[in-house]
Amino acid sequence: MPKITFIKVDGERVETDAKVGNTVMEVAKELDLPMLAACGGALACATCQVVVDEEWYEKTGEVSEDEEDLLDTAHDLTPTSRLCCQIPITDDLDGLVVSLTPMG
Amino acid sequence: MTKQTTHTTDVAIIGAGPVGLFSVFQCGMLKMSTHVIDALPATGGQCTALYPEKPIFDIPASPNITGADLIERLEEQIKPFNPVFHLDQQVVALENQSGNWHLTTAAGLTVSAKAVIIAAGAGAFGPNKPPLADIEKYENKTVHYLIQNRELFRDQRIVIAGGGDSAVDWALALADIAAETYVVHRRERFRALPESVAQMHALAEQGKIELVIPYQLASLEGKGDQLSAVHVKTLKGEDRRLEADHLLSFFGLVNKLGPINDWGLDVHNGLIIVEPTTCATSVDGIFAVGDIAGYPHKLKLILSGFSEVAQAAHAAFRVVHPDEALHFEHSTSSGIPTL
Repeated sequence: MPKITFIKVDGERVETDAKVGNTVMEVAKELDLPMLAACGGALACATCQVVVDEEWYEKTGEVSEDEEDLLDTAHDLTPTSRLCCQIPITDDLDGLVVSLTPMG
Repeated sequence: MTKQTTHTTDVAIIGAGPVGLFSVFQCGMLKMSTHVIDALPATGGQCTALYPEKPIFDIPASPNITGADLIERLEEQIKPFNPVFHLDQQVVALENQSGNWHLTTAAGLTVSAKAVIIAAGAGAFGPNKPPLADIEKYENKTVHYLIQNRELFRDQRIVIAGGGDSAVDWALALADIAAETYVVHRRERFRALPESVAQMHALAEQGKIELVIPYQLASLEGKGDQLSAVHVKTLKGEDRRLEADHLLSFFGLVNKLGPINDWGLDVHNGLIIVEPTTCATSVDGIFAVGDIAGYPHKLKLILSGFSEVAQAAHAAFRVVHPDEALHFEHSTSSGIPTL
């Protein structure tokens, strides 16, 4: 299973084995990490915002226009900010590192 | 507010979405009276506010029902129990006064109840505020999330932030009266009516407004509640200082727990933690049901909310009537009781 590392706001690193087919948001919620993900992955909010490690950004795939629209309502964006409900886990993402953002 | 009104009831229900409405039913079946309070002006919560026309497929015995129809049917189902609604007013305070819960709303109303069921969904709707240091001190004076009087901006230097309809519409509406109009957005594309976006670009070409793209808000500068400049930056770290008297921030609405965070309840990742067989929160006499209630493997379904309400109503009965016998009855035996 692909390994994914979450970096919490306080710097703590949480590494886990993730199932292919889940999204990064689902993995974070399963681990009960501090993330609202209020709409549960319906692309209706921006509360699962993460910053993808620069090395991995390209591999997380294209950002859809709907995701861009929701990122418009997010704050403190970086060049590699994503909504992690829109990142499906694949074998290519083995080693992925994402940083969590503060909960509103 | 004109006068202080206090209502007394067995159970106060916070939230008039589908799960809040069904709380009236389950309490009513146990002959408990209810008052329902909601921040929105209409019943139905997200079903009414966000998806009235969308079909829902997972309500038992309703293969396909719209959000609006579901709410209409729930209202019909709870009618016999004469619930009292207090809409368009958020609950701002919840205090225990000699054994009873006193809920105070933003409209100054008080409801006194023996038990409280929180069915507040994702929380009350409010403006999505940018996380800028000290923004609160400018709010409603020189930082605005809602515009009530455009004259306020005559001959003023304004920064409009956001990329949706509100940002574009207000840029068009204020360009002529404001001294300077800046529109700050993080990318070229705007999520707004194409004709309006075209008009905005035309105004920009005429020099009537300035599009500050691709920038995000970075910080505010000012004295007291008077803004003097808005600092913005690009993803590459380029800074600009826009001298401004007002910031109009349009990032849409978000759900916030708001005051619920201050009631001493065990809250985790935006959910009120409950014991799932009773939906009891960490505070005696307060129950939470529906999307706002959290426990292991929780499914945020209307279906689950309905079941939680039945559990919560039976548990609340023991709080409302501690000395009375509680009988479990099927509705086929009991019928619809009169209150």
